[in-house]
Amino acid sequence: MNKNDIIMTILKGRTLIVLTLLVIFFSFASESFFTSQSLLLIAKHVALYGILGIGMTYVLVTGGIDLSVGSVVGLSGMVAGLLINKGFTVFGYTIYFSVPVIVLIAIAIGVIVGAINGLIITKFAVAPFIATLGMMYVARGAANLTSNGATFPNLVGKEALGNTGFEIFGRDIGGFPVAVMILIVIAIIAAVILRKTPFGWHILAIGGNERASKLSGVRVDNNKILVYMFSGACAAIVGIIATSQLVASHPMTGNTWEMNAIAAAVLGGTSLMGGVGTIIGTVIGAFIIGVISDGMVMCGVSEFWQMIIKGLVIVLAVIIDQYQRSLQARMALQARNENK
Amino acid sequence: MSTNDEIYLHAEKIDKIYPGTKALDQVSFDIKRGKVNVLIGENGAGKSTLMRIIAGIEKQSAGKLYLQGREVEFNSTVDARKEGIAIIHQELCLFPNMTVFQNLFMSSERTKGGFLDDAEHRKLAKQVLARLNYPIDPDTMVGDLRVGQQQMIEIARNLLIPNLKILIMDEPTSSLSEQEVEVLFNIMRELTASGISIVYISHRLEELMRIGDFVTIFRDGRLVAEAAVKDIDVPWIVKQMVGEGKSYPKREVAVDWEKTDKILEVKDLTLPKSGGGYLLNKVSFSLHKGEILGIYGLLGAGRTEIFECIMGMRPNHTGEITLNGQKIEVGSVSDQIDKGFAWLPEDRQRDGLIQTMSIDKNIALSNIGKYVNKFGLIDNKKEDQAVKGMIDEVHIKVADKELPILSLSGGNQQKVVFAKGALTGPQIMLLDEPSRGIDIGAKTEIFKLIYQYAKKGVSLLVVSSELEEIIAIADRIIVLSNGQKTAELTGDDITQDNLVKASYMGHHKAD
Repeated sequence: MNKNDIIMTILKGRTLIVLTLLVIFFSFASESFFTSQSLLLIAKHVALYGILGIGMTYVLVTGGIDLSVGSVVGLSGMVAGLLINKGFTVFGYTIYFSVPVIVLIAIAIGVIVGAINGLIITKFAVAPFIATLGMMYVARGAANLTSNGATFPNLVGKEALGNTGFEIFGRDIGGFPVAVMILIVIAIIAAVILRKTPFGWHILAIGGNERASKLSGVRVDNNKILVYMFSGACAAIVGIIATSQLVASHPMTGNTWEMNAIAAAVLGGTSLMGGVGTIIGTVIGAFIIGVISDGMVMCGVSEFWQMIIKGLVIVLAVIIDQYQRSLQARMALQARNENK
Repeated sequence: MSTNDEIYLHAEKIDKIYPGTKALDQVSFDIKRGKVNVLIGENGAGKSTLMRIIAGIEKQSAGKLYLQGREVEFNSTVDARKEGIAIIHQELCLFPNMTVFQNLFMSSERTKGGFLDDAEHRKLAKQVLARLNYPIDPDTMVGDLRVGQQQMIEIARNLLIPNLKILIMDEPTSSLSEQEVEVLFNIMRELTASGISIVYISHRLEELMRIGDFVTIFRDGRLVAEAAVKDIDVPWIVKQMVGEGKSYPKREVAVDWEKTDKILEVKDLTLPKSGGGYLLNKVSFSLHKGEILGIYGLLGAGRTEIFECIMGMRPNHTGEITLNGQKIEVGSVSDQIDKGFAWLPEDRQRDGLIQTMSIDKNIALSNIGKYVNKFGLIDNKKEDQAVKGMIDEVHIKVADKELPILSLSGGNQQKVVFAKGALTGPQIMLLDEPSRGIDIGAKTEIFKLIYQYAKKGVSLLVVSSELEEIIAIADRIIVLSNGQKTAELTGDDITQDNLVKASYMGHHKAD
């Protein structure tokens, strides 16, 4: 093992190293940090960014971006709130759905929004940044329209209507937050799909070289649409969890969360150029963001300083990422010369 | 040294090494003052590379440049331009979104009190265009001009360089009409008369005989011959270009192709060019089982376009394609792969490889859908076996198949692209310049692979612009020129003379 190999190993494990160092640092800085209560609270926050980040990772891996996820969080939460409190009215009849059906409808809305994003990006050749920026406004507007900007409070449902139990997604079961369980399940499924299925290979290939992928027979457009649908579904799930945690849905929920999702993915080593990214990296990235945010709050750092520090951390992560890439390229070239 | 043949620039023992290949090998070259210095050679012979070094676009790996005996070092085009060296590229470097005069004065803007002096720009633009006998309104958008007109703008731009000493022209006439070529030649004579040296690269041999003063011939990165144009003729040039002694193992097959199954039949394949004309004009050919059909032609003759049509990249083509006796509709690329086509694109880096992925993933990419278990997950064992089998079959030299693709040499990268296509079990392989940019050893191995697959019953279409290469590989050759099929050669008719002649035929008809 030479010097480059050692540096490489450290670089590859850097997100986990950074996370460990952060946890140690905050444990000393704040007495209340390393308690099960605080850690569970952090985990609940992290679950939201983590799930959003997982959807975002899929999109980034294809070389795209999804700016609409924060708005989709708001929209799916509002739809869930509307269906619980007001039901669904057609021809003067109001239907109340059970919670599982409501969850499915909310997720379906996320999937549809994603499909529209994907179709606009692939069939009309609109840059992902623009297409999803537009959708960010549209979905946020739609979220506000469901209540004219008001909040749906007290989403506990009524026994008589058979729609109780929504708050379960914000609760703990056996002392463990449901949100974190959902994060774990989604992370495992997403990681397996990305690494172990032809679809996963194909989206990594698209981000690596779209033209070559197409010429190799990869159905680029279909795969891209699926990726945005997945991202929309993740956002809708986050909307349900966030709403459930508050037991109320507010139309501005999820505002600017797309940035946290992108930050989680990038901190975890996902490349904005596409072709590179892991789910575990993104989950660790989400934990880094969560630990920094909540840790600083517990230490009494002002909100404004928190923003500055978060921003610096993200840029620094990318600088290190670039360094790793150039080192990797150098090592590849070296290997090539040695082979000759 | 007589005053007539004053050497203005001297390149001394220039080497240029790219990963995997040596583009220039100890080349010493002179540019004579006030003359048209012609460079010829096949694609990849090294002439453009040498010019890029002289123009400061690339740096030589070894060797020195002397301007009138003074050693110079160019780190950028800016350095070269300071010495009055300008280059007109083969590919146009214009801004289609800007006007003619803006293009002409890009980065050499005239100003008045710190602001752009567009009146001056327009005036000077009109002057230079008049000199070129080309009265275009300076306010026309360059994007609205024909390619030939754009070429003239590119030339005009270089005429505006103050203290112009050397003008390098890399295939400037490739998209000009006969008349425009005449104007260009007049300008060239004017320039040389005023002491400016011209370096002229072209594939049109008869043109070179007319305009050139000195000719230098490149082959495989080496300078192989130099002569004054008045002392030589076209056959001499062809002989030098092609060289003697260098040959590839010729495939000897005693097959009566008429008796073997016809796998593919293409009839009247036509592809319109945007802005009029045709990229392909009623091209027809057939391909038999186990046959290697060569497609020869100059750059832009329509070779790659044939493959693009067959693979579903050009939905606006017309014509009939029959596969195994059945007429087929060309679908998407993946549909065509399913039908049994495999394509090895010309530009390996742009179209062939996923640079972010490992060797094994690149090989398996087209076929990964076949290596899944009943849960839809990739069966690593199956995939592993298939990839390993393929690595052995095409002899990719690799220590670990999970290394990044870029850790391989050019030749081995090319084998990976070949393996990717071969893994899909194709009936027909479309190979576009399969030996481009790889060293001679790897070339021979690629040829062996082609023979091996033909022997197995795969039919192959091979595009090449290297004469001896295509003659060695192909059982039959069709020649394209300017989008038309100008010859179909078999057996003893396959000669370099016939190929070269046919490759120019379409131009004369069109012009």
